[in-house]
Order: sequence, then C-alpha cells, then structure tokens
Amino acid sequence: MTTTLYTSDHEWLAIEGDVATVGITDYAQQQLGDVVFVELPKVGRALKKAEAAAVVESVKAASDVYAPVTGEVLETNAELAAEPALVNSDAQGKAWFFKIKMADRSELGGLMDEAAYKAHTA
Amino acid sequence: MLARDDQDSLKRTPLHGLHVSLGGKMVPFAGYDMPVQYPAGVLKEHLHTRNAAGLFDVSHMGQIALRPKSGRVEDAARALERLVPQDIVAIAPGRQRYAQFTNADGGILDDLMVANFGDHLFLVVNAACKEADEAHLRANLSGDCGIDSLTDRALIALQGPRAEAALAKLCAEAPAMKFMDSGPRKVAGLDCFVSRSGYTGEDGFEISVPAADAERLAKALLENPDVLPIGLGARDSLRLEAGLCLYGHDIDTATTPVEAALEWSVQKSRRSGGARAGGFPGAEKILAHFDNGAARRRVGLLAQGRAPVREGALLFADSAGGEPIGQVTSGGFGPSLNAPVAMGYVPTASSALGTQLFAEVRGQRLPVAVAAMPFVKNTYKR
Repeated sequence: MTTTLYTSDHEWLAIEGDVATVGITDYAQQQLGDVVFVELPKVGRALKKAEAAAVVESVKAASDVYAPVTGEVLETNAELAAEPALVNSDAQGKAWFFKIKMADRSELGGLMDEAAYKAHTA
Repeated sequence: MLARDDQDSLKRTPLHGLHVSLGGKMVPFAGYDMPVQYPAGVLKEHLHTRNAAGLFDVSHMGQIALRPKSGRVEDAARALERLVPQDIVAIAPGRQRYAQFTNADGGILDDLMVANFGDHLFLVVNAACKEADEAHLRANLSGDCGIDSLTDRALIALQGPRAEAALAKLCAEAPAMKFMDSGPRKVAGLDCFVSRSGYTGEDGFEISVPAADAERLAKALLENPDVLPIGLGARDSLRLEAGLCLYGHDIDTATTPVEAALEWSVQKSRRSGGARAGGFPGAEKILAHFDNGAARRRVGLLAQGRAPVREGALLFADSAGGEPIGQVTSGGFGPSLNAPVAMGYVPTASSALGTQLFAEVRGQRLPVAVAAMPFVKNTYKR
C-alpha cells in the first residue's frame, strides 16, 4: 500500500514502509518549464529534512529540491539523469529523483495529502 | 512575486493584448509586461526559430530619429560620431550598422543600431537605456540635430530561415534586401521601416510599424503556419548561442568595446591612424586597448558536462584553490547545441581558444573550455 504526500515546496513522496520515493510535482514542472539538467544526491548521503538534496535546472533557472524528510539516500534515478525532460513528461511517475530510508516517520505528520496539496496550488 | 501595484505600473507594448490572447506567460522586463514564453515553451520556441520563423515583440526597445538641422544626413552622422567609436559617416543610405555609446572611461553606455534613411538617421536602442540615451543625445547633439523619440511605433522581429518567405507575402521588396539593409518599406500596405537584421544569429528582419497597426501586422504574419510567437526566454537563448552581447550583462559601463571582443564593430577610420581617429568619449582608453591590448576579454565557454553554467559563476584557472580569474556574464542551456553555453570575462592570457578553465557551480568546479563564438553558425544573408 503506497501513500503519496506532498510538501509546500512541491515535492511528492510515495511512501512504502520506511522508504519514500521523492520527486517534484506536475505543478512544479509546469512552473519550471523545459527541464534540461537534474543533479541528484549521492547514494548513501545522509539528508536532513529541508536540506537541499537535488537541483533541477530549466532553460532559464536552477531550483533546489529539498529533502522532505530526514534519512539516507538508498537509490537515485539513473534514467532521469540521462533524460531530464522526463520531469516535464512524467513528473509524478518515471521522473522520480531518489529513494530515501526515513529516519523519523513522525516528520510525515507535517506533509499534505493530495486534497490539501491541490488546495495549496489552487 | 510582484505586488499588484508594481504590475499595474508596468508599461505595455501595442502587442500586449495579442500576447495575452496567445497564452503568453507575462513577466516584468525593463519596465514592461512582456511574454517570457508561450504555451509551446522556451525549447520549442527556440528550435522553431532556428528551423522556421519566430515573431518577437521588441517594441519595448527605443526608436529614435536623428534629424540634421542642416538637412544633410552627413552632418547628423558627424555629430553622432562624437558619441560612438563607429564610422557613421560611411553608412550608405539604406544601410545600418551596429554601434555603442561610450563613456569617458571607455565603458559602454548602451549598444544600438544606426541606419541611414537618406535624410536622417534612425536609431534602435535598448529598452532599459532608452531614456538615458535620449537625454545623452539631447545633451550632446541638440545643436546639430533634432532628436525625436518615435514612441508611437512598435517593433517586430521576424527571425529564422523562413522569415524571408513569410515577409515576402506582405512586402515584395523583402527578398531583395541584404543583411543590414534598412529603410522605409510598405508591409501589408502599412508605412514601416524594415531592416534585414535581428539578434538571434538567424537571417531575419526587424519591422518598425505604427503602433496602431502593430497588431494587424503581427496577426498577418502569424497567419503563416511557419511563424510562431516567441518569448523573451528563447530570445535570450538564441542570442547567447549566437555569441551576441546582452547589455547590462555582457557589456556595461565598466567594459570597453575591446574587452568585449567587439573590435569588429569599430572601423579603421576611427582607430589610431584613421581619417577620423578618436573624438568619441573614452577614446584615449579604447584606442590604447586597440593599440596595446586589454587586460581581459569576453570569451565563449563550453562546459564539458551537462550542468548549465549561469551568469555570476566564478571562473578559476585550476580545479582547486586559487583566486577567481573571471566571471560568467551570460550562461544557460543552448537548445540548438543540446548543451550548456556561456560567455564571460577572463584575463587575455587565458582567452586563447581551447584554454581549460573551471566554473564554480554550487561549490563544485566544472571544467569549461574557451570556445569560438558564435556557438551556432549565423545565417545572415550577406
């Protein structure tokens, strides 16, 4: 059973057990425009909640992607590094950024469900 | 985000309503509410301009007529030569030339286009500088010239390999024009000024049209399926690939034309030993740069990786340690190259093609090499 939650900074997390898959939302990719480069964190890196974890660059600007929770990076999306435009075509699917092993599930309490995120971006 | 008051104070070009109706994403630029992109997006708009034709609203730029009080255009040309290092006298009727207003330190106040319309000169200047430029002209040339800001005109750029065919349907004379030809022409029956020029590296035209007719002309051009509206985002990536300077970024009051690698724009007649050498602001310093070289120089930079190197990135000689030797002034992703491109200033000793440098991006030093510009070959119709 996967639960998807959202941050106010437009990251999404798909949660299975104590692992969260993280990406940016479709709303975020629409705001960014054409994505041309994605910088992903190294596997094994310990991330603190709200720390800059990845960078997504559109034609015009670079934007940070923040760690939505504290934990260790388990895996990054090699397909995304090779084809950054996946962020535009499938932001909440194939264009996941990294998987993180969560250190403290209580941090999830501050995140939004889909209905709350929709209201946030309305 | 801008407060509502700020948005309301932004000026609008005569094509503002058209931009909004075409889905343009509007942003503040040089005091105007301008389209940064349309629904197609920057990448597609950029590539469409390189492959077909793009229509750009550049009405925010200043258009100024310099009318000689004597009635002889060469008197206006001689007068303007007091403010720019270019040979203005030699611009033949119906021709246009790129120039720079310089200051007493040899820096650049603005860059501009100067056309000889037979009985007067026609100038196109940057939006952010246009009021200062007009004041500068008035302060220095009022004795010789009438200075008219043509605020009742819009300016449309049509750029790309199919621009000629698209414009030919509305202006039979367009195909006969060569690069930098410029003058009054009828377009769709309207009284326009047409130049075969632009700022994308592509063949194309800039069309000055009375403001009241601008939307009609733009719509007539956009009826052609080869022509798409293009926003400021792609305009910037196109001019960057073309190796062209953006005022306030790649050139400013602290850069001389020689430092900016714009020597080609200064004719021999104005250089040391020329028939009308000097006589423009900062001539001593600029001519010394011509004669002895400048300590630094604008160069093109190609990154070896995929990460864009943007404006402000510091440049280093080595992969670790040392002081920065220069800085990137424009940089981003080049859609036609499918790779990052940048330009910046480095010491002349480090400006040779192929010189290996490092650009600092988010704390990492990324390898970049000094590269020839333009990054994308221009296709001007000479």
